[in-house]
Amino acid sequence: MTTSTAVDPSRGSLPERPHGRNRHSVHGSPLRPYAFLTPTLLVMLVLMVVPIVMVIWYSFQDSAVTIPSTEFVGLEKYRQVLSDGTFWTATANTALFAGISVIAHFIIGIGFATLLNSELLSPLVRAIFRTVFILPWLFTVAVVAVLWRMLLNPNGIVNYLVTTFGITDSGVEWLANSSTALPIIIFINIWCGYPFFMVSLLAGLQGIPKDLYEAARVDGAGIIHQFFHVTIPQLRPIILSMAILDFIWTTQQFALIWMTTGGGPVDSTEMLSTYTYKLAFSTYDFSAASASAVVVLLLSMILAVLYVRQQRARD
Amino acid sequence: MSHAHSTTDRGPAPAALRRPQRSAAPKRIGIHALLIACALFPALPIVWMASTSFKPNGQVFDWPPKLITSAMNFDSYAAIFADGGKLRFFLNSYVVAGSVTVLTLLVSVLAAYALSRYEFPFKRALNVLIISVQAVPPITLLIPYFGLVVTLGLYDTYGGLILTYMVFTLPYAIIMMTGYFNTLPRELDEAVMVDGAGPLTVLFRILLPISVPGLVSVGVYTFMIAWNEYLFALTLTRTNEMRTVPIGIQLLMGQHSYDWSQIMAMSILGSIPILVLFTFFQRYFLSGMSAGAVKA
Repeated sequence: MTTSTAVDPSRGSLPERPHGRNRHSVHGSPLRPYAFLTPTLLVMLVLMVVPIVMVIWYSFQDSAVTIPSTEFVGLEKYRQVLSDGTFWTATANTALFAGISVIAHFIIGIGFATLLNSELLSPLVRAIFRTVFILPWLFTVAVVAVLWRMLLNPNGIVNYLVTTFGITDSGVEWLANSSTALPIIIFINIWCGYPFFMVSLLAGLQGIPKDLYEAARVDGAGIIHQFFHVTIPQLRPIILSMAILDFIWTTQQFALIWMTTGGGPVDSTEMLSTYTYKLAFSTYDFSAASASAVVVLLLSMILAVLYVRQQRARD
Repeated sequence: MSHAHSTTDRGPAPAALRRPQRSAAPKRIGIHALLIACALFPALPIVWMASTSFKPNGQVFDWPPKLITSAMNFDSYAAIFADGGKLRFFLNSYVVAGSVTVLTLLVSVLAAYALSRYEFPFKRALNVLIISVQAVPPITLLIPYFGLVVTLGLYDTYGGLILTYMVFTLPYAIIMMTGYFNTLPRELDEAVMVDGAGPLTVLFRILLPISVPGLVSVGVYTFMIAWNEYLFALTLTRTNEMRTVPIGIQLLMGQHSYDWSQIMAMSILGSIPILVLFTFFQRYFLSGMSAGAVKA
């Protein structure tokens, strides 16, 4: 403590320079940072670089994994996957599933965050409700899946509610009906995913300077006007990052679909993840599964580039 | 929303500061009512899960449904605790998630120290790599992991799962820990280094003790990811001796006549570690989480 004040009493820019040079000599060899990074680099190499090379290699094979003397078939497996109607159904379902989920996560997330941010709430009330609102997010997807399977059971409480309130005449087999299965899965994903947005937006809301609102109020702006002209612009960077991240994660969702509908009925909830999984572990066509997995990887990398750009733009 | 007028009509700013005390009573009631109404959305299904876990299985689909019945009991919980096979799922999850957490913390702290305190070639590229790794789809890695884990003799072992999970927990842990170290003044380590201490001493004696909030948030997050993982647990293990809780829950679902009461009890028990961790550490966890998501 005493040393630091002695080195830098003025907080000016001058002491910074020798400071930086000094650091290099104190920290020793230029290889040292790599020593600290060795475990990370090893994990990344073994668990990221090698597998990605492997999956690309598999995708050019005739029957990877299953037959040792597999043949090189070039883009044949890509042709097979891309000409499969189910692949395109899965792509459309994935886009719909992720797109609607993200929009709903945002709307519910910002709604609840705004509510919780109200200065009319005592800290205790705020803490209690914040925890209640976060709850769905804390449950494992496996738990979320079985919970909703029970609620949506033909004899379950959801059917009791919809028939009691006269929304439908008789119970619906929500997850076994090809016209309701996808909307229901999207709904379940909305239920358990919005708290991620809510938490970050709540932090963001608390970071907005109060005088911006005061100034807007003095100018005669109402609450709605303040929301769209102060709150949203202030939160925009957070919203964009979260939306891309959430979109990436939602397109990768597997467990929820696998444990509720398994992609059915009749492909109505098939996603790229379940489609790829089935190719590998149900039909044992690991090569086609790899081709599909590489396509999924390429699509995700486009999203990743957007995400990294967004993060950079905010630095 | 309809109260918008009262806010704008209040006049100059100083008066607005007193607003909550004065005319806020109806607004205050309104906002609490709205909160309770909104809370039904997350809470009702969870309350129903808890209620079902205490019902005899024959009453689960009673019509009309009752939240509380006279026959509620702890039988489903007792049945799980009496079944070594089911307890094994919990043991496996604790072993796997605990090991992943310890290893991730160790590896990410070392990496974060380098990223926060040193300048070196390819640092920027490495940062970008770590951020983009988060976007690599698990399903893409699943097929080669399956091949790799079988080849390395790690199929159906703790080791296979622990190693696999690190690739999902590390990037976020590194990003968060680097961010945390960046907030600690460099004068701190330099002061000790001038006295001849090496970087490891600085890291473990100086930085780590004051990084407890950061370590806790990374640790809780990592544990949560590992505890909840499903896809790789499903694919890289085969025997019930190695299955984790999420798979155990699914296996309960697989039987012909569902014992919903026991499935819900298992779900509650399987969620308790996360709920407990969250309850105790939510202050650290939430700030760390949002800082990570926002400032990665």
